Amino acid sequence: MNQRPVADLSGLPTFGHGPRSPTWWGTLGFMALEGTGFALAAGAYLYLAMSWPNWRLSAPEPNHWPGTIVTLLLIASLVPNHILNRYAERCAIVPVRIGMVVMSLFGLAPLVVRWFEFPALNIYWDTNAYGSMLWVLLGLHTTHLITDVGDTIVLTVLMFTRHGYSGRRFGDVGDNVFYWDFVVLTWIPIYLLIYWVPRLG
Amino acid sequence: MSSADLTSERDLPQRETATEGDVAPEHDGPRDTGMDDASLHRWLARAWRTPPGIIGALSSVDHKVIARRYLITAFIFLCLGGLNAVAMRIQLSGPQRGLIGPDLYNQLFTMHGVTMMFLFAVPIVQATGIYLVPLMVGTRNIAFPRLNAFGYWVYLSGGVFAWVSFLLNMAPDVGWFAYVPLSGPEFSPGKRADVWAQMITYTEVSSLAVAVATIVTVFKQRAPGMSLDKIPLYVWALLVTSFVVVFAMPAVMITSTFLILDRLVGTHIFNPAEGGDALLFQHLFWFFGHPEVYIIFLPATGMVSSIIPAFARRPAFGHLGLVLSLIAVGFLSFGLWVHHMFATGLPKLGASFFTASSMLIAIPNGLQIFCWLATLWDGRPVIRTPLLFVFGFFFIFVIGGLTGVMLASVPLDLQVHDTYFVVAHFHYVLIGGSVFPLLGAAYFWFPKITGRMMSERLGRWHFWLAFIGFNVAFFPMHLVGLWGMPRRVYTYPAELGWGNINLLISAGAVLFFLSFVLFTFNLLHGVLKGVPAGDNPWDAGTLEWATSSPPPSYNFTRIPIVTNVEPLWAERDALPVATGLRVDVRELLISTVAEAHPDIREKSATPSIWPLLAAIAVGGTFLYSIFTPWAVVWGAVPIAVTLVGWFWPKGDPEDEE
Repeated sequence: MNQRPVADLSGLPTFGHGPRSPTWWGTLGFMALEGTGFALAAGAYLYLAMSWPNWRLSAPEPNHWPGTIVTLLLIASLVPNHILNRYAERCAIVPVRIGMVVMSLFGLAPLVVRWFEFPALNIYWDTNAYGSMLWVLLGLHTTHLITDVGDTIVLTVLMFTRHGYSGRRFGDVGDNVFYWDFVVLTWIPIYLLIYWVPRLG
Repeated sequence: MSSADLTSERDLPQRETATEGDVAPEHDGPRDTGMDDASLHRWLARAWRTPPGIIGALSSVDHKVIARRYLITAFIFLCLGGLNAVAMRIQLSGPQRGLIGPDLYNQLFTMHGVTMMFLFAVPIVQATGIYLVPLMVGTRNIAFPRLNAFGYWVYLSGGVFAWVSFLLNMAPDVGWFAYVPLSGPEFSPGKRADVWAQMITYTEVSSLAVAVATIVTVFKQRAPGMSLDKIPLYVWALLVTSFVVVFAMPAVMITSTFLILDRLVGTHIFNPAEGGDALLFQHLFWFFGHPEVYIIFLPATGMVSSIIPAFARRPAFGHLGLVLSLIAVGFLSFGLWVHHMFATGLPKLGASFFTASSMLIAIPNGLQIFCWLATLWDGRPVIRTPLLFVFGFFFIFVIGGLTGVMLASVPLDLQVHDTYFVVAHFHYVLIGGSVFPLLGAAYFWFPKITGRMMSERLGRWHFWLAFIGFNVAFFPMHLVGLWGMPRRVYTYPAELGWGNINLLISAGAVLFFLSFVLFTFNLLHGVLKGVPAGDNPWDAGTLEWATSSPPPSYNFTRIPIVTNVEPLWAERDALPVATGLRVDVRELLISTVAEAHPDIREKSATPSIWPLLAAIAVGGTFLYSIFTPWAVVWGAVPIAVTLVGWFWPKGDPEDEE
């Protein structure tokens, strides 16, 4: 087919932050599908909780303290996370490197505490359906956490190599910040479901 | 339209921020501006080619190459699933035949359902989208091309896993929806139900990956000027479908994961004796399972909306109405799942709600049918094979829709639940609603994919054989279902008098099968000896017809600019295009979501073997996990290694800039 040039794209930039970048939309897509998975698991928990009048099925209350510490750590991590985002938008390599190290540590800390959360549930997964759902919910979020912390650490290492010095990497940092927000956000309802809903009954 | 309209001030790069930070200097290379066609082709072909050799082929990230593989693989699974059906029909052709025993029969109908739903129907509609969506929106590759390649490899390994299990007499035998308690640890010892659960996980990972890639391609990679109101209807259909996938598929992954946990590590999620609930399985499964029907059906309506305007010789009547219907169906598809569970004794009020919503969805679907009829009425229809299949779709799908409205009412549903009436209904809906449009689409887009035409004469024979064979096979099932024949029985006694009608059904099934043999012959004949097609054999109006057949690796020499919903009909003399992209690297245009203003020149990923390796790691982990839960721990290591290998920059300009 014949062509007639009518527009010139040569002045466009080669990367963009936030909703301008396709990766941001891809990240949003994965959040949507993972969020749906979490919502359905939470729905399954509530479905079972409402089917049984004696929910908790005579199990002891979970000890909420390890979970509460994880929650506080996650909420506190939002502050450096957003400071990091601002430096990433400005493409400032040194503060971004420092920020990525900080965020890797803020990712590892809740994982350490998470180790103590499982015994604090005070029930095993194979005791009854209540125990199963607690382990499933906590397991789902732990998988989520491990995946994102792994991703953050790899990106941190990358930022210290010669590959870090590019617009595309700063975009990746921005998307990592965005995804961490999601990891924190999904934890809040799960935390309430695991530790506080059983206390209602 | 001038360049000033397209690059408004807002879209221009913000140089101040770039100089303020210490970002790496921007590299530059040769641009396509003012370049002659021969050198442009040389440059682009070098930048976008798939490397030669086996490793090169396995590393391909070209959406057309991946889509071709998907299409061929899904077609092979269609044939296998069809052979399952033929085997069952031979067994049922007369009372008390001894060809197939109950155990094998259970595996056959389960494999038939699983193969058709998860290995044929969903993958083939997504594969068609992988091929066509980037071409229709005027871009050079799908978004996240490596994720797309990964999706294919995971799908392939899931399909091979299921079929190797079948050959090992280990195939699932609990029906395609594998209800507990039958599929639970108590009633299904052995590995058959685990094969079902993990096969589901493979295929859902793959469809989710493709759905995200499709959504981002449609949102961010549309050609300049293709604002929301100028997006082709087929692309709209794939976009809505991808959203349905994103919100429905996690449900079945959750279901299959819960099932495997119950079976493997002794959780009690579906075990009522320990505080679980068996009906929860059905809720979770059908929360996916009903939208699944629309995941298969909506892309088919997109195909119909492409075929009808091309042969009616006018744009689709009621473009906006058609788009809104697609979106409405997408939403409503999530409100119907309980109508699969009317026989479980749910509260009456709940059942009434789902009856109402099941009838409601007939409204947007009916609206679409009327828009198509109006397009044909007002146009000057040229009857060719693709349009014949669309007519077949109207006839069969409308009958399936009517029995659907019947089944939506609880009293009738209770009478015919689990009988052949239901089997007849959903084959009318699925084959009428999806396979007939797909066959029409095959004739319609085959010239684009291969550069050659399929035989029109064989195509007409194919249509009539398929249409008659289908109706002979499935219409009598309504009757035998009303007479009380249950589904999923491997035989029946002669005294019930169902012998003759079942023989007729089996004869129809053989005819229907032969129509696919003829189709396969026509495909092969077309590839080898078909008449050369040219760029636009049907004189259709959307962008995929603006490039050569088959399209080059880079799709378009220059990015087209869209001024109309049927851009090629609006610009018959010369296609307006944009210039200024680099030609030495894989550069494509990112545009804004609503208006499709040009925004960024972004690099598209280069070929890589890592998606294949990551798929092998993921597939191996899933396979191992039906034997031990520790597979998840050990499998995490190779998965992590391959993912790091995938994302680690290799020094290509595409990785660095």
